[in-house]
Amino acid sequence: MIKHSLQRLLGLIPTMLMLITVAFFLIRVAPGGPFDSEKLLPPEIEANLNAKYHLDEPLVQQYFRYLGQVVVLDFGPSFQYKDWTVNELIAQGFPVSATVGLAAMILAFVVGTLLGIAAALRQNSGIDYSLMGFAMLGISVPNFVIAPILILLLAVYAGWLPAGGWDWSVANMVLPVITLSLPAIAYIARLTRGSMIEVLHSNFIRTARAKGLPESVVIRRHALRPALLPVISFLGPATAAMISGSVVIERIFSIPGLGSYFVQGALNRDYTLVMGVVIFYGMLIIILNFIVDLVYAWLNPKIRYDEKR
Amino acid sequence: MKPANMENTAAPLLEVKDLDVGFDTPEGKVHAVNCLNFSLKAGDALAIVGESGSGKTQTVMAIMGLLSENGEARGEARFKGQDLMKMSTAQLNTHRGKEIAMIFQDPMTSLNPYLRIDKQMIEVVMHHQGLNKSEARAHAVEMLRAVRIPDPERRIRQYPHEFSGGMRQRVMVAMGLLCEPDLLIADEPTTALDVTVQAQISHLMSALRENSNTAIILITHDLGVVAGLCDRVLVMYAGEAVECGSVEQIYYEPKHPYTQGLLASVPRLDQPEETGLNSIPGNPPNLLALPKGCKFRDRCPKAHDACKEKPPMQLDEQRHAWRCFLGGAA
Repeated sequence: MIKHSLQRLLGLIPTMLMLITVAFFLIRVAPGGPFDSEKLLPPEIEANLNAKYHLDEPLVQQYFRYLGQVVVLDFGPSFQYKDWTVNELIAQGFPVSATVGLAAMILAFVVGTLLGIAAALRQNSGIDYSLMGFAMLGISVPNFVIAPILILLLAVYAGWLPAGGWDWSVANMVLPVITLSLPAIAYIARLTRGSMIEVLHSNFIRTARAKGLPESVVIRRHALRPALLPVISFLGPATAAMISGSVVIERIFSIPGLGSYFVQGALNRDYTLVMGVVIFYGMLIIILNFIVDLVYAWLNPKIRYDEKR
Repeated sequence: MKPANMENTAAPLLEVKDLDVGFDTPEGKVHAVNCLNFSLKAGDALAIVGESGSGKTQTVMAIMGLLSENGEARGEARFKGQDLMKMSTAQLNTHRGKEIAMIFQDPMTSLNPYLRIDKQMIEVVMHHQGLNKSEARAHAVEMLRAVRIPDPERRIRQYPHEFSGGMRQRVMVAMGLLCEPDLLIADEPTTALDVTVQAQISHLMSALRENSNTAIILITHDLGVVAGLCDRVLVMYAGEAVECGSVEQIYYEPKHPYTQGLLASVPRLDQPEETGLNSIPGNPPNLLALPKGCKFRDRCPKAHDACKEKPPMQLDEQRHAWRCFLGGAA
């Protein structure tokens, strides 16, 4: 298990190298540059700027210079946010996004699996159909529709919660967390229902019932674990996406998170910022997938590696 | 094996009366078991034989309350006088696993692949006999040793995928025997196994029967296994009992043409090779639309006009019963 984990961590290096290379050259291929604006800069100033940021060097030389920085996790200065380094921007935005995202993911996992199990246990009943109907709604209605509706109902009319803003208070988190978690709740509920129904029809569940165990024990001890496996593998990439910030949610609720940097960086050709968030997001996904694999192996004995006997 | 003439006069342990099992399917109602009657006493061993789809498995599934959701059972199945059919799941659970144990057909998928063997075994004794964890574990280890699993203390901590098919079936048998059931239902326990392991499992069950007077219902299509283990045989065809008698009666004086065909289709070593395998021509009837009279009529070499009516169950003085117009006193 430990050996396997180390192997997996080593595999991280070529993956990241690939990601960095592709992202680096892709953003350079895009037309325009970080210092383009409606009013053209005088050529001397632009030349100075380019020299300052090493943009006048050949691309390959820039690439290796950048790689050298990334190895020590220095993502360089932002082109657009003057006086900020990319590291500072991430350090400032990520805790906010991660708090909202993690809270939303935990909520989605707990509520989603419970609803999915409830629907599976009453398959083809009214409860099942209405739960799955709502889940379909949750998946198909985009969050830029749900968010204003929730603001209107809970903030404007009822006045229970603030409509937006961020001061690390729970009240400020409620609406964005709910909005962010709804589609995930819906997806996880459908996933859980499907796999639970499948597991409940398997032979070993029949064996458990033939043992005379109460149905609640059959579900908890025998069915829950295999039913959750597909959900677990969904959780890795989903968590990465959620804790790295949602542009829409952060815009609507005025949250100073990481999400807007993705879009702003790309629009402004802020090369270092784009690279910084891409690499950060990439590492996040890889690490979370790695954790998911560990959890998976813990849940499913058949895929445990070199287990000591 | 007990001598056939040793009559067991005690009250029946299990008495099945007019059992019907049907399944609602998009194509209509499938009649898997029709008006089945049988009974067995403590220590009896009954074999239910018949080809695939004859309703053997669904019969015992109905008794165990394990039919799938679209299945429905009618009739009576009295276990120690109480009708299992009328019980709620909670009531059934006081008997299932404790007094009635079941061994399933497919050892590869019938054990939970996500739990260690010990967890799957001790939960039975802890639940039914209220033993604590270490007592339950000790009991489970003893049981694994009894089914000849080598090094049971170590093996019990392993997962099902670390066992071979035959070993898993032995684990299943051990699991079924944990609470010393009065009735053991074994649904094709040896079908998935190779011949040497078949013999071991078969020996295991007869030892159990001799030692603890456990009644056994053995479901199989392997007539060889039946002879070694059972004293009575129930032959099923298209959801109906067509013949029931002692092993000797069924093997040496089969009355029903289907039983005769079944026996003739068993390959024999003393047959010349070029004769090939005997088989009964045709296919079993469609369970969605069963014929009115004798259900074997279309495949029966001795069919005649009377067979358009439902044949009566004939019974002779030696408790040999068969559902056919032929084979009477004449």
